[in-house]
Amino acid sequence: MSVTAPSLPAVRRRPGRWLGNPGFVVAAVVLGAILLMAVLAPLVAPFDPYEQVLDRRMLPPGFVDAERASPAHLLGTDNLGRDYLSRLIYGARISLLIGFFTMLVSGVIGTVLGVAAGYFGGRVDAVVSFLVTTRLSLPVVMVALAVVAVVGGSLQVVVLVLGLLLWDRFAVVMRSATMQLRGLDYVLAARAIGSSTPRILLTELLPNLASSLVVVASYEMAQAILLEAALSFLGLGVQPPLPSWGLMVAEAREFMLFEPWMIVLPGIAICVLVLAINLLGDGIRDATAPEGRA
Amino acid sequence: MLRFALRRALLALAVGLAVSAIAFLLLRVSGDLAAAIAGEDAPAAEVERIRAQFGLDRPLLVQYAEWLGRALLGDLGRSLFYPQSVSALILDRLPNTALLATLGLLLALLISIPLGVAAAIGRNTWVDRLALGLAVLGQAMPNFWFALLLIIVFGLMLQWAPISGSEGFASFILPAVALGWFSAPVLMRLTRAGMVEVLSADYIRTAHAKGLPVRTVLFKHALRNAIVPVVALASVQFGNMLSGSVVIETVFALQGIGYLAWESISRRDFPVVQGILLVVALFYVVLTMVADLLNAWLDPRIRRAA
Repeated sequence: MSVTAPSLPAVRRRPGRWLGNPGFVVAAVVLGAILLMAVLAPLVAPFDPYEQVLDRRMLPPGFVDAERASPAHLLGTDNLGRDYLSRLIYGARISLLIGFFTMLVSGVIGTVLGVAAGYFGGRVDAVVSFLVTTRLSLPVVMVALAVVAVVGGSLQVVVLVLGLLLWDRFAVVMRSATMQLRGLDYVLAARAIGSSTPRILLTELLPNLASSLVVVASYEMAQAILLEAALSFLGLGVQPPLPSWGLMVAEAREFMLFEPWMIVLPGIAICVLVLAINLLGDGIRDATAPEGRA
Repeated sequence: MLRFALRRALLALAVGLAVSAIAFLLLRVSGDLAAAIAGEDAPAAEVERIRAQFGLDRPLLVQYAEWLGRALLGDLGRSLFYPQSVSALILDRLPNTALLATLGLLLALLISIPLGVAAAIGRNTWVDRLALGLAVLGQAMPNFWFALLLIIVFGLMLQWAPISGSEGFASFILPAVALGWFSAPVLMRLTRAGMVEVLSADYIRTAHAKGLPVRTVLFKHALRNAIVPVVALASVQFGNMLSGSVVIETVFALQGIGYLAWESISRRDFPVVQGILLVVALFYVVLTMVADLLNAWLDPRIRRAA
């Protein structure tokens, strides 16, 4: 005995909406390329990102200074003679891993809290609202820095700390989305024929929450990547010699006067990745919301 | 209104209490504080001595109650590094952060409100797309990187502004730009959304119909209504800036509480870290309460719904 959900308004399922949005297509291609590059890093990267060649230190890229540049190092080398392009390629792994797993941790916490608050209302809602308000009052960067300082910086710690801090938006969005759905006919029908609460939540509500979930998830993944870069930049995130993009900016800082390209390049890498994720999220939002951008 | 205000204040009080407990517990649960203070290679006896000296061997609840009791009287303990008390340190640095956040917010409003209004009037034209593009690009940049770019271009290359320190007004310019830049996109989007909604309202059509000048309609009738949520969000953004300034202050070595927090975290001066966490969180609690009360006062529908 299953009650099928009435199909959503027809506009939501028009594939043309996806391909008709150039921002979305470009973002998807860029993100796919970065993902592929990160997975295949050992094959793609021209050098070992950790190998120090002391007589090849701080070679600029060809487009910065053609005379000093070495053709072997497309984007130059850092102050320890490590190939910059290879470090940037391996750095994508760190950003993507931290972004993805942080989003997963915060997504699970936030979705459980938000759906519970929206579906049950009353006291549950009051408790969740209180938790969200409390969480929002905590300064994210300071708390994360303090915890990493005590526990020690590593990929896992950064993921856990950020995951425990970034669930608020998931909770808020899931709460209001669930509230809108819970009074709809197909949910009432499922309840009327005696479906259990977990069943209603999992088979009736969750599939219809998916599109808002993906939008928040993309946003939070971008936030996590930016925060990891900031933590690593401040020395309390991923530790050297890992090629985190934020850490690369920090290491380039003392040479900022004469070799500003060393700061510019990792920053552009962060920008491109975050921009691609954000545009992907915006594209999904515009394609699934019938009215589009207000 | 009084009933709403009372309930909102009660919530703020509860959140404040929860935040104080978290600020206290966070540094206790995440590791052995005594060992962290003593340093990595300290002998066990030294760790035990520190544990006893700071009262870290007593039950957590007792320690928390004592810390909170003192904090309520304005005593946040002593710094492990500086000779001053934590409260004195924070009070000493707070004006710099407050000035920075105020300048940052003013800049953000100065960019976002005109841009948001222009985008709403020229909806789906190039102005709108430009504003949206700027907002999307702005939000994708890491704040420390943007700050460093400002230093490289305006500090080192053009030498227009000082790049570090907190001496004199000029050294606040670049940090304020860096801080304000990241609040502008949300404020701009909200201004735009508010204006778009208001501009399609009946009373705007009426105002146009009775022949009022376009400028009067836009700024006196429309903006005044569209701006209400922006003002409320601005106060929340101010709270975000107080806490977000940790990155910007560190990049510019601006002696505010954000820089103090980073310094203290790096040298394991935990009483200072706890104190700053508490103060910043309480600021945020108060600012969001003010924002909610402001919204409810301006819009009776909100206070009836709550």
